[in-house]
Amino acid sequence: MRDNVRHRAAHPARYLVPAFVVLGVFFFLPTVFNFVYSLTDWSSFKSEIAFVGLQNFQDLIASGTLLSSLRITLVYAVLVALFQNLFGLLLALLLERDTRINRFARVMFFIPVVMSALAAGYVFQAILKPDGAANAVLGALVGHPVTIPWLGDTTWTLVVVALVHSWKWMGLSMLIYLAGLKTISEDVLEAARLDGASAWTTFRDIRFPLLAPALTFNVATALLGSMNGFDIVQATTGGGPARTTELLNIFIFRTFGQGLFAQATTMSLVLFVVVVALAFPVIRTLRKREEVL
Amino acid sequence: MSSTRYVNSRRGRHVDSRHGVWRRVQPFVAILAVVLLIGMPLWIVVVTAGKTQGEALNPDLSLPTTWQYAENFAAVWEQGRVPAAFFGSLLVMVPAVVGVLALGSLASWVLARRGSRLMAVLYALAISGIVLPPAVVTVVLLLRQLGLAGTAIGMIGVYMGMYMSTVIFFVTGFIRTIPVELEEAARVDGAGPLRVFGRIILPLLAPVLSTATILICLYVWNDVFYAFFVVGGRLDTLPLNLFQVASAGLYLDNWHLIFAYVVLMSLPLLVVFIVAQRKIISGITSGAVK
Repeated sequence: MRDNVRHRAAHPARYLVPAFVVLGVFFFLPTVFNFVYSLTDWSSFKSEIAFVGLQNFQDLIASGTLLSSLRITLVYAVLVALFQNLFGLLLALLLERDTRINRFARVMFFIPVVMSALAAGYVFQAILKPDGAANAVLGALVGHPVTIPWLGDTTWTLVVVALVHSWKWMGLSMLIYLAGLKTISEDVLEAARLDGASAWTTFRDIRFPLLAPALTFNVATALLGSMNGFDIVQATTGGGPARTTELLNIFIFRTFGQGLFAQATTMSLVLFVVVVALAFPVIRTLRKREEVL
Repeated sequence: MSSTRYVNSRRGRHVDSRHGVWRRVQPFVAILAVVLLIGMPLWIVVVTAGKTQGEALNPDLSLPTTWQYAENFAAVWEQGRVPAAFFGSLLVMVPAVVGVLALGSLASWVLARRGSRLMAVLYALAISGIVLPPAVVTVVLLLRQLGLAGTAIGMIGVYMGMYMSTVIFFVTGFIRTIPVELEEAARVDGAGPLRVFGRIILPLLAPVLSTATILICLYVWNDVFYAFFVVGGRLDTLPLNLFQVASAGLYLDNWHLIFAYVVLMSLPLLVVFIVAQRKIISGITSGAVK
């Protein structure tokens, strides 16, 4: 309807061309290549590339790598989404009032967001060493030496690294929640107060539901950010111990470095498919929650 | 009925008194949280960066017995090729951000103003990159075929491709809130489409473009994963060289050098952030709430 002759002349379609050329060449074409080269034996060891069918998938499934990397990535993503939102929301509620101290604290909590994730990872590797600052502080508190291997446990290190990831990004979630809290009208809260609702009831029944748009944004960005995670895990554990924190991107980086390009491509395709399969339903569900309001 | 009223009002008064206590305690809780969660890690970085290798073996909260910032900074300045890395990072970031904003805004204008089904499909395609992960391995192959492997131009192209969707999503949404009538006045005066865009639309995009600039600069400046694949070993950038310094440093337990590099590389962005923090914070929040 709106796309009449007048609009067409005033907003020429040729202005779309540069952006779509960049997108096409540097984004979509490599994605198409993903589907092609995961079916080949492309590697640094020989010059020609041959078609091998589903061999790469079969190898990765047979060795158990595909499923374990996938499981680790999903657990990591869920943990980060959970922690990052919990910390972000708690900070937003803590620093909600517009006082000088709170404004200062918000700026401080945003510093990790600005920092390089790789740098943040190295800082925490130093702090969480068996003889590092975390154990020293704990030791001083309990009165005897503490030697928890924070980054050396095959079960719990993934959780620790997810906590570090959430520490790095909680300032961003905090800002989004603060902005969400500001949009809630004072009248509604005043009405709840006059009805005698407690702080907790007000939060549970009024404020938290009204934060739905902020929650959608935060959960979606935390999930996407951690599924594509690399820097923090690489800098803290490098995928260890015993590859129990080896996210898909860590695997891709490692195998690419070994010259096994087709295997890296195959995992890259797996990541693509998983993100497509997960992201859209998650975002749709969260959006539905907003509409209910 | 009356008894619930009674209970409610009592609970209300109780809440008010608790609010009063919370108001007095809250500043201390806020400060404590900042000190424990942000202050301690940053303090460890700053003091360790000034220690000798022996003292820095186990980075902790203690002050160095002898301060040797000068020596440590000089060592990583050379080992991490800081000047080359700084300009390498700038060389990639500035054209990538300017390019993606310029091309993205121009396309967004057309996508926002024209309402055909084809445009809706193109818009969906254009913003799909927000969710889809970039194909990081095959992009290397493609760049090799284009003769751009390991070059700054290849890296710029990859970043532009990665963030085009974000720009188009934010800017298209913003342009839809600008009345078309504003453009029509200029058009009646005989201005061509590019003039209308440059004179009328582009200046109005300042808020949304500054938000996008901040976010994309943050990601590009700190990116190490995509840089590894595209320019690793060929071009110096700050995060790539941090990885190099750290890989060598971890092996030799050179925490003082790793942390000195972390301080050096964080300073530029931190200074920008502290100078412009009010604008940055309000920019990000205004972009995301809607």
